[in-house]
Amino acid sequence: MTRLEALTAVYRHLERRIVVTNMGAVAAELQSIGHRPNFFYLQHAMGLASSMGLGIALSKPGHHVIVVDGDGSILMNLGSLTTLARYRPRNLTHIVFDNESLLSVSTARGDFPTATATGSDLAAIAAAAGIPRTAAVSTIDAFVEAFDGALAANDLTTLVAKVEAVGPPAYVTELALLENRFQFQRYLRSQ
Amino acid sequence: MPVSTTHSRVIYDALKGCGIGLLSALPETWLVHLVRLADEDPEMILVRLAKEEEGVGISAGAHLAGVRSAMLMQNHGFLASINGIVSCAQLYRIPLLMLISYRGEFGERDPWQTEGGAVTEDLLRALRIPFAHLDRPDHVAARIAKAQTLALSSNKPVALLLSRDLMWEETS
Repeated sequence: MTRLEALTAVYRHLERRIVVTNMGAVAAELQSIGHRPNFFYLQHAMGLASSMGLGIALSKPGHHVIVVDGDGSILMNLGSLTTLARYRPRNLTHIVFDNESLLSVSTARGDFPTATATGSDLAAIAAAAGIPRTAAVSTIDAFVEAFDGALAANDLTTLVAKVEAVGPPAYVTELALLENRFQFQRYLRSQ
Repeated sequence: MPVSTTHSRVIYDALKGCGIGLLSALPETWLVHLVRLADEDPEMILVRLAKEEEGVGISAGAHLAGVRSAMLMQNHGFLASINGIVSCAQLYRIPLLMLISYRGEFGERDPWQTEGGAVTEDLLRALRIPFAHLDRPDHVAARIAKAQTLALSSNKPVALLLSRDLMWEETS
């Protein structure tokens, strides 16, 4: 499964919801499918996409927030899983695309493996942190089923999806960082 | 405990007066009363953190969603948050109201607090973060309100340094 395939498969759910992604490949890929004013791409500050999602979820309890994270990013802020679990926002779904590498600095799979390549299990870490619902999947069908289940459950879920270490041809897109930020703010405050 | 309950209340009331609806915090000795006041206030969303940098992301999310927030942390927590401040708050023009307990000033008795105090103001200047000291109760409310005004008008982080003279009631 590639991340682009997975994003495409659940795009119909993303397009009507508040979405916060981490940096790099996933941001460019989601934009290549179709940018929306309710999508925000945190293009730096690795590890803080989940924290930002928590801030939005607590501020907008009537709206569902989907955080799209990566293994390299969440490994930089594992404490965020404990904070998420502590406040248990039922309106937050945390997707982690785990390609077992720091892809944006790599030229080929395996150049810069993360600790998930050597056995660290993010779904188990999330469960042990206290996240009430966790799942680990590695096929498109299992991903879509787990994603649908997370939305239907109305409870905090961390869904770890193993994906191939492949990304888009370029990471910089035409959408300026601040354009995205103010558009997203306008969207959130209009809700 | 010689942490001033009276002055903690003055600070908390000033934050409430500024419409703060979300506080992120990692407690340290000087902040215990402030964290307790937030915890007991049903109108306040208190987020207890594992590490202070999380608070930058949480405040960014709250701001974009229209909720005014502040961060409560020690100056060593500020040191631990710097990449988040630069790569999230400054890069994305997020108004961040940071209340930082200024440990390691004159009067510090804990040896482990003494390095951070010496670099706090230089780091704030290097990051071009406007800051002021809170050292007397009579100017607390006005300085917090003015700091928040600048944060919101500039869309940038600002800092208030909570000093020993305000937070600690010396017993000898």
